[in-house]
Amino acid sequence: MEIKTDSKLEKILKSGQMAVTSECGPPRSSDPAGIIEKGEMIKDHVDSINITDNQTSVTRLCSLAACVHLKLKGLDPVLQMVVRDRNRIALQSDILGAASFGINNMLCLSGDHQSFGDHPSSQNVFDIDSMQLIQTATYMRDEGKFLGGDKIKVPPNMFVGAAANPFADPFHIRVPRLAKKIAAGAEFIQTQCVYNLDKFEEWMKGVCDRGLDEKVFILPGITPMRSVGMAKYLSKAVPGMDVPDDLVKRLSGVPKDKQADEGITIAVEAMQRLKEVKGVSGFHVMAIEWEEKVPEIVERAGLYPRPEVD
Amino acid sequence: MIVGEQKPFDEVWEMVKGHKQLTVFGCNTCVAVCHQGGNKEAEILASLLKMRATQEGVDIEIVDGGIERQCEHPFFESAQEVLKESEAVLSLACGIGVQFMAQKYKTTPIYPALNTTFLGDVQEDGYFTEKCQACGDCVLGVTGGVCPVTRCCKRLFNGPCGGSTNGKCEISKDIDCAWQLVVDRLEALGKIKDYEKITPVKDWSKDRAGGPRSFKLEGF
Repeated sequence: MEIKTDSKLEKILKSGQMAVTSECGPPRSSDPAGIIEKGEMIKDHVDSINITDNQTSVTRLCSLAACVHLKLKGLDPVLQMVVRDRNRIALQSDILGAASFGINNMLCLSGDHQSFGDHPSSQNVFDIDSMQLIQTATYMRDEGKFLGGDKIKVPPNMFVGAAANPFADPFHIRVPRLAKKIAAGAEFIQTQCVYNLDKFEEWMKGVCDRGLDEKVFILPGITPMRSVGMAKYLSKAVPGMDVPDDLVKRLSGVPKDKQADEGITIAVEAMQRLKEVKGVSGFHVMAIEWEEKVPEIVERAGLYPRPEVD
Repeated sequence: MIVGEQKPFDEVWEMVKGHKQLTVFGCNTCVAVCHQGGNKEAEILASLLKMRATQEGVDIEIVDGGIERQCEHPFFESAQEVLKESEAVLSLACGIGVQFMAQKYKTTPIYPALNTTFLGDVQEDGYFTEKCQACGDCVLGVTGGVCPVTRCCKRLFNGPCGGSTNGKCEISKDIDCAWQLVVDRLEALGKIKDYEKITPVKDWSKDRAGGPRSFKLEGF
Protein backbone atom coordinates (compact mmCIF):
# COMPACT_ATOMS: atom_id res chain seq x y z
CA MET A 1 0.00 0.00 0.00
CA GLU A 2 1.24 3.45 -0.86
CA ILE A 3 2.41 5.43 2.15
CA LYS A 4 1.33 9.04 1.67
CA THR A 5 2.56 10.73 4.82
CA ASP A 6 5.11 10.46 7.61
CA SER A 7 2.40 9.36 10.01
CA LYS A 8 3.46 6.48 12.23
CA LEU A 9 -0.17 5.41 12.42
CA GLU A 10 -0.42 5.19 8.63
CA LYS A 11 2.80 3.19 8.38
CA ILE A 12 1.73 0.66 11.00
CA LEU A 13 -1.76 0.22 9.58
CA LYS A 14 -0.48 -0.15 6.03
CA SER A 15 2.13 -2.68 7.15
CA GLY A 16 -0.81 -4.91 8.07
CA GLN A 17 -0.16 -4.78 11.81
CA MET A 18 -2.72 -3.93 14.46
CA ALA A 19 -2.49 -0.31 15.52
CA VAL A 20 -3.19 1.09 18.96
CA THR A 21 -4.17 4.70 19.45
CA SER A 22 -5.19 6.50 22.58
CA GLU A 23 -6.66 9.81 23.50
CA CYS A 24 -5.76 12.64 25.86
CA GLY A 25 -7.78 15.67 26.79
CA PRO A 26 -5.86 18.95 27.12
CA PRO A 27 -6.03 20.90 30.39
CA ARG A 28 -8.33 23.84 31.15
CA SER A 29 -5.23 25.90 31.64
CA SER A 30 -2.31 27.44 29.80
CA ASP A 31 0.07 25.01 31.49
CA PRO A 32 0.93 22.18 29.05
CA ALA A 33 2.58 19.99 31.70
CA GLY A 34 -0.46 17.74 32.12
CA ILE A 35 -0.78 16.81 28.48
CA ILE A 36 2.96 16.17 28.13
CA GLU A 37 2.87 13.98 31.23
CA LYS A 38 -0.09 11.97 29.86
CA GLY A 39 1.70 11.55 26.53
CA GLU A 40 4.92 10.36 28.16
CA MET A 41 2.96 7.93 30.34
CA ILE A 42 1.49 6.01 27.40
CA LYS A 43 3.91 6.65 24.54
CA ASP A 44 5.58 3.22 24.59
CA HIS A 45 2.25 1.41 24.55
CA VAL A 46 0.43 3.24 21.76
CA ASP A 47 1.36 4.27 18.23
CA SER A 48 -0.44 7.60 18.08
CA ILE A 49 -2.28 9.85 20.49
CA ASN A 50 -5.46 11.76 19.69
CA ILE A 51 -5.80 15.17 21.25
CA THR A 52 -9.41 16.12 21.75
CA ASP A 53 -10.74 19.44 20.47
CA ASN A 54 -12.66 21.17 23.26
CA GLN A 55 -14.51 17.93 23.93
CA THR A 56 -18.05 18.16 25.29
CA SER A 57 -17.82 21.82 24.26
CA VAL A 58 -15.80 22.74 27.32
CA THR A 59 -13.07 25.29 26.64
CA ARG A 60 -9.57 23.87 26.94
CA LEU A 61 -6.05 24.38 25.70
CA CYS A 62 -6.39 24.00 21.93
CA SER A 63 -5.90 20.68 20.24
CA LEU A 64 -3.33 22.06 17.80
CA ALA A 65 -1.06 23.48 20.52
CA ALA A 66 -1.32 20.27 22.55
CA CYS A 67 -0.41 18.25 19.43
CA VAL A 68 2.64 20.49 18.94
CA HIS A 69 3.76 19.77 22.52
CA LEU A 70 3.55 16.02 21.88
CA LYS A 71 5.20 16.29 18.47
CA LEU A 72 8.11 18.17 20.02
CA LYS A 73 8.53 15.18 22.37
CA GLY A 74 8.79 12.88 19.38
CA LEU A 75 5.27 11.41 19.64
CA ASP A 76 2.77 10.95 16.78
CA PRO A 77 -0.29 13.06 17.59
CA VAL A 78 -3.70 12.88 15.92
CA LEU A 79 -5.21 16.33 15.63
CA GLN A 80 -8.91 16.14 16.38
CA MET A 81 -10.84 18.87 14.63
CA VAL A 82 -14.49 19.67 15.18
CA VAL A 83 -16.44 21.85 12.77
CA ARG A 84 -18.45 23.46 15.55
CA ASP A 85 -16.10 26.32 16.36
CA ARG A 86 -14.30 27.26 13.14
CA ASN A 87 -15.29 28.10 9.60
CA ARG A 88 -13.53 26.79 6.49
CA ILE A 89 -10.96 29.59 6.61
CA ALA A 90 -9.89 28.77 10.17
CA LEU A 91 -10.02 25.00 9.64
CA GLN A 92 -7.80 25.12 6.56
CA SER A 93 -5.48 27.53 8.33
CA ASP A 94 -5.14 25.15 11.28
CA ILE A 95 -4.47 22.23 8.94
CA LEU A 96 -1.59 24.20 7.43
CA GLY A 97 -0.39 25.14 10.91
CA ALA A 98 -0.46 21.51 12.04
CA ALA A 99 1.37 20.36 8.93
CA SER A 100 4.01 23.03 9.50
CA PHE A 101 4.90 21.25 12.74
CA GLY A 102 5.00 17.86 11.04
CA ILE A 103 1.67 16.73 12.45
CA ASN A 104 0.44 14.14 9.99
CA ASN A 105 -2.82 12.78 11.39
CA MET A 106 -6.18 14.38 11.79
CA LEU A 107 -9.61 13.19 12.84
CA CYS A 108 -12.62 14.98 11.37
CA LEU A 109 -15.58 15.40 13.71
CA SER A 110 -18.81 17.34 14.01
CA GLY A 111 -18.27 18.07 17.70
CA ASP A 112 -20.65 17.91 20.61
CA HIS A 113 -23.29 20.61 20.62
CA GLN A 114 -22.27 23.68 22.60
CA SER A 115 -25.34 23.35 24.84
CA PHE A 116 -23.45 20.58 26.70
CA GLY A 117 -20.45 22.74 27.52
CA ASP A 118 -19.31 25.67 29.60
CA HIS A 119 -20.57 28.31 27.14
CA PRO A 120 -24.12 27.24 26.26
CA SER A 121 -24.94 30.76 25.06
CA SER A 122 -22.22 30.69 22.40
CA GLN A 123 -22.88 30.71 18.67
CA ASN A 124 -21.92 27.62 16.72
CA VAL A 125 -20.32 27.72 13.29
CA PHE A 126 -20.98 24.53 11.31
CA ASP A 127 -19.88 26.21 8.09
CA ILE A 128 -18.99 22.74 6.82
CA ASP A 129 -19.83 19.33 8.27
CA SER A 130 -17.49 16.50 9.28
CA MET A 131 -17.95 14.78 5.90
CA GLN A 132 -16.95 17.97 4.12
CA LEU A 133 -13.95 18.42 6.46
CA ILE A 134 -12.69 14.99 5.32
CA GLN A 135 -13.11 16.18 1.73
CA THR A 136 -11.34 19.44 2.54
CA ALA A 137 -8.27 17.81 4.09
CA THR A 138 -7.87 15.26 1.29
CA TYR A 139 -8.47 17.93 -1.36
CA MET A 140 -5.79 20.15 0.15
CA ARG A 141 -3.38 17.20 0.22
CA ASP A 142 -4.17 15.55 -3.12
CA GLU A 143 -5.05 18.55 -5.30
CA GLY A 144 -2.75 21.00 -3.54
CA LYS A 145 -5.52 23.57 -3.42
CA PHE A 146 -7.66 25.43 -0.95
CA LEU A 147 -11.44 24.94 -1.12
CA GLY A 148 -11.58 28.39 -2.72
CA GLY A 149 -9.50 27.08 -5.61
CA ASP A 150 -6.15 28.80 -4.98
CA LYS A 151 -3.00 26.72 -5.15
CA ILE A 152 -1.14 25.75 -1.98
CA LYS A 153 2.61 26.06 -2.51
CA VAL A 154 3.43 23.26 -0.08
CA PRO A 155 0.25 21.24 0.57
CA PRO A 156 -0.38 19.75 4.01
CA ASN A 157 0.22 16.03 4.17
CA MET A 158 -2.40 14.49 6.39
CA PHE A 159 -3.49 10.93 7.10
CA VAL A 160 -7.18 11.64 7.36
CA GLY A 161 -9.49 9.88 9.76
CA ALA A 162 -13.10 10.07 10.79
CA ALA A 163 -15.33 8.81 13.56
CA ALA A 164 -18.14 6.31 13.32
CA ASN A 165 -20.80 5.43 15.82
CA PRO A 166 -22.30 2.03 15.03
CA PHE A 167 -24.70 2.44 17.97
CA ALA A 168 -26.43 5.65 17.00
CA ASP A 169 -29.70 5.72 15.11
CA PRO A 170 -30.92 5.09 12.52
CA PHE A 171 -28.82 1.90 12.66
CA HIS A 172 -29.41 0.86 9.06
CA ILE A 173 -27.85 4.10 7.80
CA ARG A 174 -24.61 3.57 9.76
CA VAL A 175 -22.90 1.39 7.16
CA PRO A 176 -23.95 3.71 4.29
CA ARG A 177 -22.71 6.64 6.39
CA LEU A 178 -19.32 4.95 6.73
CA ALA A 179 -19.30 4.33 2.97
CA LYS A 180 -19.93 8.01 2.47
CA LYS A 181 -17.05 8.97 4.75
CA ILE A 182 -14.76 6.63 2.83
CA ALA A 183 -15.92 8.15 -0.46
CA ALA A 184 -15.15 11.57 1.01
CA GLY A 185 -11.59 10.40 1.66
CA ALA A 186 -11.43 8.93 5.17
CA GLU A 187 -8.56 6.45 5.52
CA PHE A 188 -8.96 5.39 9.12
CA ILE A 189 -11.93 5.21 11.45
CA GLN A 190 -12.02 5.43 15.23
CA THR A 191 -15.38 4.36 16.60
CA GLN A 192 -17.52 5.29 19.56
CA CYS A 193 -16.81 3.23 22.70
CA VAL A 194 -17.81 -0.37 22.03
CA TYR A 195 -19.61 -2.17 24.85
CA ASN A 196 -22.30 -3.98 22.87
CA LEU A 197 -20.01 -6.38 21.04
CA ASP A 198 -22.84 -8.21 19.26
CA LYS A 199 -24.13 -5.02 17.74
CA PHE A 200 -20.63 -3.92 16.78
CA GLU A 201 -20.06 -7.24 15.03
CA GLU A 202 -23.37 -6.89 13.22
CA TRP A 203 -22.25 -3.46 11.98
CA MET A 204 -18.84 -4.86 10.99
CA LYS A 205 -20.54 -7.61 9.02
CA GLY A 206 -22.41 -4.95 7.08
CA VAL A 207 -19.12 -3.13 6.56
CA CYS A 208 -17.38 -6.25 5.26
CA ASP A 209 -20.35 -7.31 3.10
CA ARG A 210 -19.86 -4.10 1.17
CA GLY A 211 -16.09 -4.56 1.05
CA LEU A 212 -15.55 -1.36 3.02
CA ASP A 213 -13.01 -3.08 5.27
CA GLU A 214 -10.73 -3.22 2.21
CA LYS A 215 -10.87 0.55 1.88
CA VAL A 216 -10.46 1.83 5.42
CA PHE A 217 -8.79 0.88 8.69
CA ILE A 218 -11.28 0.50 11.51
CA LEU A 219 -10.22 0.94 15.14
CA PRO A 220 -13.02 0.18 17.60
CA GLY A 221 -13.11 2.51 20.59
CA ILE A 222 -12.38 0.94 23.98
CA THR A 223 -13.14 2.77 27.21
CA PRO A 224 -12.73 0.86 30.48
CA MET A 225 -15.44 1.37 33.09
CA ARG A 226 -14.15 2.66 36.41
CA SER A 227 -17.29 1.82 38.32
CA VAL A 228 -20.86 0.65 38.01
CA GLY A 229 -21.85 4.30 38.41
CA MET A 230 -19.95 5.19 35.24
CA ALA A 231 -21.62 2.33 33.36
CA LYS A 232 -25.06 3.52 34.45
CA TYR A 233 -24.24 7.12 33.55
CA LEU A 234 -22.99 6.19 30.09
CA SER A 235 -26.00 4.02 29.38
CA LYS A 236 -28.57 6.58 30.51
CA ALA A 237 -27.10 10.03 29.99
CA VAL A 238 -24.86 9.87 26.94
CA PRO A 239 -26.70 9.93 23.61
CA GLY A 240 -25.45 7.35 21.12
CA MET A 241 -23.87 5.12 23.79
CA ASP A 242 -24.95 1.48 24.02
CA VAL A 243 -24.14 -0.21 27.33
CA PRO A 244 -25.81 -3.62 27.63
CA ASP A 245 -27.59 -4.46 30.92
CA ASP A 246 -25.40 -7.57 31.32
CA LEU A 247 -22.32 -5.38 31.60
CA VAL A 248 -23.93 -3.19 34.27
CA LYS A 249 -24.98 -6.36 36.15
CA ARG A 250 -21.48 -7.81 35.95
CA LEU A 251 -19.98 -4.66 37.47
CA SER A 252 -22.72 -4.50 40.12
CA GLY A 253 -21.81 -8.02 41.19
CA VAL A 254 -18.30 -6.97 42.14
CA PRO A 255 -17.36 -5.15 45.39
CA LYS A 256 -16.86 -1.42 44.93
CA ASP A 257 -13.08 -1.52 45.38
CA LYS A 258 -12.77 -4.20 42.70
CA GLN A 259 -15.02 -2.59 40.08
CA ALA A 260 -12.19 -0.68 38.39
CA ASP A 261 -10.21 -3.90 37.95
CA GLU A 262 -13.29 -5.61 36.60
CA GLY A 263 -13.74 -2.70 34.17
CA ILE A 264 -10.20 -3.22 32.88
CA THR A 265 -10.82 -6.96 32.50
CA ILE A 266 -14.02 -6.30 30.55
CA ALA A 267 -12.11 -3.95 28.23
CA VAL A 268 -9.34 -6.49 27.68
CA GLU A 269 -11.86 -9.26 26.95
CA ALA A 270 -13.58 -7.02 24.43
CA MET A 271 -10.27 -6.36 22.67
CA GLN A 272 -9.40 -10.06 22.61
CA ARG A 273 -12.75 -10.87 21.01
CA LEU A 274 -12.73 -7.97 18.55
CA LYS A 275 -9.14 -8.68 17.45
CA GLU A 276 -10.54 -11.70 15.66
CA VAL A 277 -13.30 -9.81 13.88
CA LYS A 278 -12.76 -9.35 10.15
CA GLY A 279 -12.02 -5.76 9.31
CA VAL A 280 -10.75 -4.69 12.73
CA SER A 281 -7.33 -3.06 12.25
CA GLY A 282 -6.50 -2.05 15.79
CA PHE A 283 -7.95 -0.24 18.79
CA HIS A 284 -8.57 3.25 19.98
CA VAL A 285 -8.17 3.09 23.76
CA MET A 286 -9.88 6.02 25.43
CA ALA A 287 -9.21 5.74 29.16
CA ILE A 288 -10.89 8.98 30.12
CA GLU A 289 -8.79 10.72 32.80
CA TRP A 290 -7.38 7.27 33.54
CA GLU A 291 -4.47 7.26 31.11
CA GLU A 292 -2.23 5.43 33.57
CA LYS A 293 -4.22 2.26 32.87
CA VAL A 294 -3.55 2.31 29.11
CA PRO A 295 -0.24 0.39 29.34
CA GLU A 296 -1.83 -2.41 31.37
CA ILE A 297 -4.79 -2.69 28.97
CA VAL A 298 -2.54 -2.83 25.91
CA GLU A 299 -0.26 -5.42 27.51
CA ARG A 300 -3.10 -7.65 28.70
CA ALA A 301 -4.73 -7.46 25.26
CA GLY A 302 -1.53 -8.91 23.82
CA LEU A 303 -0.68 -5.81 21.82
CA TYR A 304 2.65 -5.03 23.46
CA PRO A 305 5.39 -4.41 22.43
CA ARG A 306 4.34 -1.99 19.71
CA PRO A 307 5.88 -2.39 16.28
CA GLU A 308 8.78 -0.19 15.21
CA VAL A 309 8.54 1.74 11.95
CA ASP A 310 11.00 4.05 10.17
CA MET B 1 -44.87 32.73 8.53
CA ILE B 2 -42.87 34.80 10.98
CA VAL B 3 -43.28 33.74 14.59
CA GLY B 4 -42.62 36.03 17.51
CA GLU B 5 -43.04 35.95 21.26
CA GLN B 6 -43.85 38.88 23.51
CA LYS B 7 -40.95 40.11 25.56
CA PRO B 8 -41.20 39.81 29.34
CA PHE B 9 -43.57 42.52 30.53
CA ASP B 10 -40.98 44.12 32.84
CA GLU B 11 -38.54 44.51 29.95
CA VAL B 12 -41.24 46.23 27.88
CA TRP B 13 -42.16 48.52 30.77
CA GLU B 14 -38.52 49.52 31.34
CA MET B 15 -38.22 50.52 27.66
CA VAL B 16 -41.29 52.75 27.55
CA LYS B 17 -41.91 54.12 31.03
CA GLY B 18 -39.95 57.32 30.49
CA HIS B 19 -42.32 58.65 27.82
CA LYS B 20 -45.29 60.94 28.29
CA GLN B 21 -47.20 59.41 25.39
CA LEU B 22 -47.05 55.97 23.85
CA THR B 23 -48.87 54.22 21.02
CA VAL B 24 -49.04 50.43 21.33
CA PHE B 25 -49.29 49.26 17.74
CA GLY B 26 -50.26 45.82 16.47
CA CYS B 27 -49.41 44.02 13.24
CA ASN B 28 -52.32 41.88 12.23
CA THR B 29 -50.74 39.27 9.94
CA CYS B 30 -48.01 36.75 10.87
CA VAL B 31 -47.58 37.62 14.53
CA ALA B 32 -51.35 37.77 14.97
CA VAL B 33 -51.57 34.09 13.97
CA CYS B 34 -49.33 33.19 16.89
CA HIS B 35 -51.43 35.44 19.18
CA GLN B 36 -48.49 37.63 20.15
CA GLY B 37 -48.54 40.75 18.03
CA GLY B 38 -51.96 41.32 16.48
CA ASN B 39 -54.18 44.33 17.04
CA LYS B 40 -56.06 42.47 19.78
CA GLU B 41 -52.79 41.74 21.62
CA ALA B 42 -51.86 45.43 21.24
CA GLU B 43 -55.06 46.41 23.00
CA ILE B 44 -54.38 43.97 25.86
CA LEU B 45 -50.77 45.06 26.23
CA ALA B 46 -51.84 48.72 26.28
CA SER B 47 -54.25 47.94 29.14
CA LEU B 48 -51.55 46.16 31.11
CA LEU B 49 -49.17 49.08 30.63
CA LYS B 50 -51.87 51.54 31.78
CA MET B 51 -52.38 49.49 34.93
CA ARG B 52 -48.65 49.40 35.59
CA ALA B 53 -48.42 53.17 35.06
CA THR B 54 -51.21 53.71 37.57
CA GLN B 55 -49.59 51.36 40.08
CA GLU B 56 -46.26 53.15 39.83
CA GLY B 57 -47.75 56.65 39.66
CA VAL B 58 -46.19 57.31 36.26
CA ASP B 59 -47.92 59.90 34.08
CA ILE B 60 -48.08 58.41 30.59
CA GLU B 61 -50.86 58.56 28.03
CA ILE B 62 -51.23 55.20 26.34
CA VAL B 63 -53.32 54.50 23.24
CA ASP B 64 -53.48 51.44 21.05
CA GLY B 65 -53.91 50.81 17.36
CA GLY B 66 -52.72 48.60 14.57
CA ILE B 67 -52.66 47.81 10.89
CA GLU B 68 -52.62 44.67 8.77
CA ARG B 69 -48.89 44.74 8.05
CA GLN B 70 -46.10 46.95 9.34
CA CYS B 71 -43.74 45.98 6.52
CA GLU B 72 -45.48 47.64 3.55
CA HIS B 73 -46.15 51.33 2.94
CA PRO B 74 -49.80 51.18 1.74
CA PHE B 75 -51.04 49.66 4.99
CA PHE B 76 -49.89 52.69 6.97
CA GLU B 77 -52.36 55.09 5.33
CA SER B 78 -55.13 54.43 7.83
CA ALA B 79 -52.80 55.09 10.75
CA GLN B 80 -50.83 58.11 9.54
CA GLU B 81 -52.40 60.50 11.99
CA VAL B 82 -52.05 58.50 15.17
CA LEU B 83 -48.47 57.57 14.38
CA LYS B 84 -47.42 61.11 13.47
CA GLU B 85 -48.77 62.39 16.76
CA SER B 86 -47.10 59.66 18.82
CA GLU B 87 -44.18 60.53 21.05
CA ALA B 88 -43.12 56.89 20.98
CA VAL B 89 -44.44 53.65 19.51
CA LEU B 90 -44.35 50.17 20.99
CA SER B 91 -44.60 47.93 17.95
CA LEU B 92 -45.91 44.40 18.25
CA ALA B 93 -44.61 43.54 14.78
CA CYS B 94 -41.65 41.30 14.06
CA GLY B 95 -38.23 42.89 13.70
CA ILE B 96 -39.05 43.73 10.10
CA GLY B 97 -42.05 45.84 11.05
CA VAL B 98 -40.17 47.62 13.83
CA GLN B 99 -37.39 48.59 11.43
CA PHE B 100 -39.81 49.57 8.69
CA MET B 101 -41.52 51.99 11.06
CA ALA B 102 -38.23 53.34 12.38
CA GLN B 103 -37.24 54.11 8.81
CA LYS B 104 -40.62 55.73 8.11
CA TYR B 105 -40.87 57.91 11.23
CA LYS B 106 -37.36 59.25 11.50
CA THR B 107 -37.64 61.09 14.82
CA THR B 108 -40.01 58.75 16.66
CA PRO B 109 -38.61 56.05 18.95
CA ILE B 110 -40.04 52.65 17.93
CA TYR B 111 -39.66 49.92 20.56
CA PRO B 112 -40.04 46.18 19.96
CA ALA B 113 -42.63 44.43 22.12
CA LEU B 114 -41.75 41.06 20.62
CA ASN B 115 -38.72 38.90 20.19
CA THR B 116 -38.84 37.66 16.62
CA THR B 117 -38.17 33.98 17.08
CA PHE B 118 -38.34 32.05 13.80
CA LEU B 119 -39.90 31.26 10.43
CA GLY B 120 -42.28 28.47 11.13
CA ASP B 121 -45.57 26.69 10.68
CA VAL B 122 -48.69 26.08 12.76
CA GLN B 123 -48.50 22.40 13.69
CA GLU B 124 -51.71 22.73 15.67
CA ASP B 125 -53.56 25.56 17.40
CA GLY B 126 -51.06 27.33 19.60
CA TYR B 127 -48.07 25.20 18.56
CA PHE B 128 -45.54 26.69 16.18
CA THR B 129 -42.34 25.08 14.93
CA GLU B 130 -39.32 26.43 13.07
CA LYS B 131 -38.91 25.20 9.51
CA CYS B 132 -36.76 27.63 7.51
CA GLN B 133 -33.71 29.83 8.07
CA ALA B 134 -33.88 31.60 4.71
CA CYS B 135 -30.37 30.41 3.83
CA GLY B 136 -30.91 31.53 0.25
CA ASP B 137 -30.06 28.22 -1.40
CA CYS B 138 -32.75 25.63 -0.76
CA VAL B 139 -31.69 21.99 -0.41
CA LEU B 140 -35.13 20.50 0.31
CA GLY B 141 -35.12 18.81 -3.10
CA VAL B 142 -32.34 16.46 -2.05
CA THR B 143 -33.23 16.02 1.60
CA GLY B 144 -36.73 14.68 1.11
CA GLY B 145 -38.39 17.93 2.12
CA VAL B 146 -36.74 18.16 5.56
CA CYS B 147 -34.41 21.11 6.10
CA PRO B 148 -31.07 20.16 7.70
CA VAL B 149 -30.03 23.81 7.98
CA THR B 150 -32.95 24.55 10.27
CA ARG B 151 -33.79 21.26 11.88
CA CYS B 152 -30.40 19.68 12.52
CA CYS B 153 -28.81 21.39 15.54
CA LYS B 154 -25.41 21.02 13.84
CA ARG B 155 -26.64 21.89 10.32
CA LEU B 156 -25.18 18.63 9.02
CA PHE B 157 -25.62 18.09 5.30
CA ASN B 158 -24.50 14.50 5.01
CA GLY B 159 -26.28 12.47 7.61
CA PRO B 160 -26.98 11.99 11.31
CA CYS B 161 -24.25 12.59 13.88
CA GLY B 162 -23.40 10.00 16.51
CA GLY B 163 -25.87 11.45 18.98
CA SER B 164 -29.08 10.50 17.18
CA THR B 165 -31.08 8.25 19.54
CA ASN B 166 -34.54 6.78 18.97
CA GLY B 167 -35.32 9.48 16.44
CA LYS B 168 -34.37 12.29 18.79
CA CYS B 169 -31.54 14.82 18.80
CA GLU B 170 -28.66 14.57 21.25
CA ILE B 171 -29.44 17.98 22.69
CA SER B 172 -33.04 17.28 23.72
CA LYS B 173 -35.59 14.51 23.71
CA ASP B 174 -38.10 17.15 22.57
CA ILE B 175 -36.28 17.72 19.29
CA ASP B 176 -36.61 15.30 16.41
CA CYS B 177 -33.36 14.21 14.78
CA ALA B 178 -33.60 15.93 11.40
CA TRP B 179 -31.60 13.18 9.73
CA GLN B 180 -33.88 10.47 11.07
CA LEU B 181 -36.69 12.41 9.37
CA VAL B 182 -34.66 12.78 6.15
CA VAL B 183 -33.83 9.07 6.09
CA ASP B 184 -37.46 8.07 6.81
CA ARG B 185 -38.67 10.36 4.07
CA LEU B 186 -36.09 9.19 1.50
CA GLU B 187 -37.19 5.65 2.24
CA ALA B 188 -40.85 6.57 1.80
CA LEU B 189 -39.96 8.13 -1.54
CA GLY B 190 -37.92 5.09 -2.63
CA LYS B 191 -34.82 7.30 -2.82
CA ILE B 192 -32.71 6.01 0.06
CA LYS B 193 -29.82 5.29 -2.32
CA ASP B 194 -29.50 9.05 -2.79
CA TYR B 195 -28.37 9.29 0.83
CA GLU B 196 -24.88 8.26 -0.25
CA LYS B 197 -24.46 11.22 -2.60
CA ILE B 198 -22.14 13.63 -0.82
CA THR B 199 -23.49 17.14 -0.45
CA PRO B 200 -20.53 19.45 -1.11
CA VAL B 201 -19.66 22.52 0.97
CA LYS B 202 -22.41 25.09 0.93
CA ASP B 203 -22.25 28.58 -0.52
CA TRP B 204 -23.14 30.64 2.56
CA SER B 205 -22.72 33.92 0.66
CA LYS B 206 -26.43 33.60 -0.13
CA ASP B 207 -27.15 33.38 3.59
CA ARG B 208 -26.78 36.25 6.08
CA ALA B 209 -23.03 35.61 5.85
CA GLY B 210 -23.04 37.54 2.58
CA GLY B 211 -24.47 40.67 4.20
CA PRO B 212 -28.04 42.02 4.15
CA ARG B 213 -29.88 40.60 1.17
CA SER B 214 -32.28 42.33 -1.20
CA PHE B 215 -34.17 41.40 -4.31
CA LYS B 216 -35.41 43.84 -6.94
CA LEU B 217 -37.93 43.01 -9.59
CA GLU B 218 -37.38 44.68 -12.93
CA GLY B 219 -40.23 46.75 -14.36
CA PHE B 220 -41.88 47.76 -11.09
